Amino acid sequence: MSEYLIKNGHVFDPVQGIKGDKKDIGVKDGKIVDKVSSSAKVIDASGKTVMAGALDIHAHVAGPKVNAGRWYRPEDKHFDSHKKPGITRIEGGKSIPTVFKTGYEYARMGFTFVMEAAMPPLYARHVHEEIHDTPIIDEAALPVFGNNWFILEYLKNQEIENTAAYVAWVMRQTKGYGIKVVNPGGTEAWAWGLNCLTIHDPVPYFEITPAEIMTGLMAANEYLGLPHSMHVHQNDLGNPGNYKVTLDSLKLAEGVKPNNKFGREQVMHSTHLQFHSYKGENWGNFESGAKEVMDYVNKQKNITIDTGNVTLDETTTMTADGPFEHHLHGLNHLKWINVDVELETAAGVVPYIYDPDIKVCAIQWAIGLELALYAKDPMRCFITTDHPNAGPFTRYPRVYAWLMSKKYRDERLNTFKHADKVISATNLSGMDREITLYELAQMTRAGPARALGLMKDYGGLKAGMNADIAIYNINPDKFPSDGAAIEKAFANVACLLKDGKICVDEGKIVDVGKKHTFWVDAKVKENKQVKHDIKEKFLRYYSLTENNYSVPESYAPHQHIISVDATQ
Amino acid sequence: MPKDVTDVICPFCGTLCDDLVVTVSDDNKTILGVKNACAIGAEKFNHQRLPGRVTRPRMRQADGSFKEITYDEAIDWTAKMLVKSRKTLMYGWASTSCQAMSIGHEIAEKVGAIVDNCATVCHGSSLIAIEDVGVPSCTLGEVKNRADRVIFWGCNPAHAHPRHMSRYSIFPRGFFTVKGHKGRKIYCVDCRYTDTAKCADEFIQVQQGYDYELLNAFRTAARGEVLPDTVGGVPKEKIYEIAEDLKQGRFIIIFFGMGLTHSMGRNHNIDIAINLTRDLNDFTKCAIMAMRGHWNVTGSGQVLGWQYGFPFAVDLSRRDQARHQTGETTSVDLLNRSEVEACFYIATDPGAHFPVDAMISSSKKPTVTIDPHIQCTTEISDIHIPVAMVGVEVGGCAYRMDNVPIETRKVVDPPEGMLTDEELLTKINHRVDELLLAGGA
Repeated sequence: MSEYLIKNGHVFDPVQGIKGDKKDIGVKDGKIVDKVSSSAKVIDASGKTVMAGALDIHAHVAGPKVNAGRWYRPEDKHFDSHKKPGITRIEGGKSIPTVFKTGYEYARMGFTFVMEAAMPPLYARHVHEEIHDTPIIDEAALPVFGNNWFILEYLKNQEIENTAAYVAWVMRQTKGYGIKVVNPGGTEAWAWGLNCLTIHDPVPYFEITPAEIMTGLMAANEYLGLPHSMHVHQNDLGNPGNYKVTLDSLKLAEGVKPNNKFGREQVMHSTHLQFHSYKGENWGNFESGAKEVMDYVNKQKNITIDTGNVTLDETTTMTADGPFEHHLHGLNHLKWINVDVELETAAGVVPYIYDPDIKVCAIQWAIGLELALYAKDPMRCFITTDHPNAGPFTRYPRVYAWLMSKKYRDERLNTFKHADKVISATNLSGMDREITLYELAQMTRAGPARALGLMKDYGGLKAGMNADIAIYNINPDKFPSDGAAIEKAFANVACLLKDGKICVDEGKIVDVGKKHTFWVDAKVKENKQVKHDIKEKFLRYYSLTENNYSVPESYAPHQHIISVDATQ
Repeated sequence: MPKDVTDVICPFCGTLCDDLVVTVSDDNKTILGVKNACAIGAEKFNHQRLPGRVTRPRMRQADGSFKEITYDEAIDWTAKMLVKSRKTLMYGWASTSCQAMSIGHEIAEKVGAIVDNCATVCHGSSLIAIEDVGVPSCTLGEVKNRADRVIFWGCNPAHAHPRHMSRYSIFPRGFFTVKGHKGRKIYCVDCRYTDTAKCADEFIQVQQGYDYELLNAFRTAARGEVLPDTVGGVPKEKIYEIAEDLKQGRFIIIFFGMGLTHSMGRNHNIDIAINLTRDLNDFTKCAIMAMRGHWNVTGSGQVLGWQYGFPFAVDLSRRDQARHQTGETTSVDLLNRSEVEACFYIATDPGAHFPVDAMISSSKKPTVTIDPHIQCTTEISDIHIPVAMVGVEVGGCAYRMDNVPIETRKVVDPPEGMLTDEELLTKINHRVDELLLAGGA
């Protein structure tokens, strides 16, 4: 494998605490090294910004609901859908890009790892088929557990060991990475057209509450010592006044200690917090609850969050929160897809237009930015758009620009149709903070890598780590004062190395690399009860046999298995 | 000693039963018996051992007869045809694996072809309706565990999906449906009294061509609005009574088939059926599902979806952009207008299903058909390339009618020296690369 020396770049690396100093980075055999031989190819990065490859901790990029979105939105292909220069396949779609476009676009922005945020176990083979076809980026997927019958039954009796054994079994069958919870209990209730809107609403038939589900799954997660924590999409998403439910859910983490060998410090990752930080009683007096929520997050060290920034685009919402999508469809009357998945979960899809002329959309936009600007510890607050729910991931550069330039975001804020109302319902206009390049590296590299349990290899530029390196056309000494210039620079890397290979050169794909699929193999003690229950449920209630449930090896030809041992 | 292969997936219809047990001879060459399958499914496996199966490519001669050629010759001829033709129809895919489709799409993108699947003459109208209004649906296990109101509209699973009723929709006992058949109310809406109607608690005979009106009437009745005395031949009292009964259900499922997709109104019939489903969700839970035909036609739509963003009729002839426009990029229309220069058929039999005019047009073009068996289309092709039967002689991923993917199993070896779809397409792909590199055919 070739050697590279990235010379004279301004390096931003939270792992080593490097804040823009000029430093050379050596690359050999896919890893970052201290020294390279004289034959190493030199990449001149003078006047440029060098960071590790970025990680997206939460995006819906592969699987049944994503593809349902592609299927039923031919109009999404009206935008920016063609083949681009370089060795690429045809690219299609804007809010729900095809797998090819997904891989290329992430790479062009400097990303090297993406977490598919919700994998229905029954559809795991579909998720992995799409991941298999997505070029360049490394990926993993989180199976959903918050409405799974096994989990509901075990946790009703507080059987943490059985819960953990079942989770481990599912992760092995589905090549899953961790524990995802979406609207705990609420999605099972949705199978009867109902919902759970607080953390104490009982789940129909199963006689358990969302609070008990989250507490139990957090315990099972730490029992197993998984690299990632429980990753939760809370109840009551998207409704005015929901910040109280959010705080109730976050408080469940109090006193829970992380147990893992990966350096992860949180026990709960609360995702797309923007959708959960609303005050007011209705859409009329709707306002930001970002401060209340972030005040709590800032002092509660064992929680991480991601923002879910609204980008003010036409997009396609999709979530395992089935009742929410039905509710949203009732609000905007656009086409609605729903899929209830036996014994496990559900999903819904509804297109949505975040119109800057609509007050609520503009307030949502402000809340997302406020969350990041209120964050005291950038290592615990990550930037996402909950792609494609609050906006497509391809808008990350714009979100960065809003966060890094007060001028840029104020221009946007002050030109909303209902600017006065938006300003009075939010705190954004009074916030002067501008995220620095170093903080950005924490929020998009080192932070998510640590939260995912991947900090050994990802998120930094220390010798021994993966040579996933993004070089941007940004000179920190002459940082652009124009937001559009910041946006442009983050949208097109000057160069992206993935596993030590140049994959993107001046925005052009030159190599599709060798993508890896990550999953976690958790060893647990033999558990006859769980084995029996699995057999029983497949015989009686599933629509396919137990032997046809697993994801075959061939679906993840370059798999990277992280092993944990919970037998001790 | 013969041995049993268990959990075998049936490569016949969209029900994709996965509980078959196939007995195989000691040498892995012959299927000796099939258990749990329906008559059609069993026949699919038994076909494998029929004498007279074509095992090598055949090329049509000037006198109309076929002559055996080598795989290499067939691959070269096919690749040249693909590279030469400015617009090739690559149709079929419904009876092969998703892995094979993926390679096919790569070829199509290089040579600028149109990829279309059997939905084009089947549930294409359903897909158009879904593009317009979405679809609230569920997996088949949800039906088994929860449904207490089941409607079959314009479909006849007793014949087309023989085990559907026993596995998912009428008879099984599920978690919340412990009484099985007795706990469910079954409706069948059709213009004829079918064998499925015989299994229903109530048969509603709709006047042919009035499905849209009757569905509209159910929406009206569900909202408590006024109806005329009869709609589509059904008295209004009956419509009100059924609408009321549906609202009393805890979980309603509507299954529909060709009776809706190909009768007057087509995609609009599906559109309003989906809207009825949506309306009923204001009162209780309701889902709707297309009874997809070929065992992996859904899979073709899925792979096209994640690679190009459309479920069928994907035109890649611009090479830098995927287009999808029913009526324009759909196979029958392309053939009727004689708009393609060559035809590449794989894993289906358009000769048996397309309108005659379309096939007359097709027969005048260079044509390659890839299929394990001799069928109508092979007989009007220049070359017939036989391949291993997917789901019998080689595995691969398939998607059930509810979009649940299942990896099919290999149960026996293919005949000696026979290529699989994946192997064959990989070789064609390489040959296309060579030809393109050398500057064309």
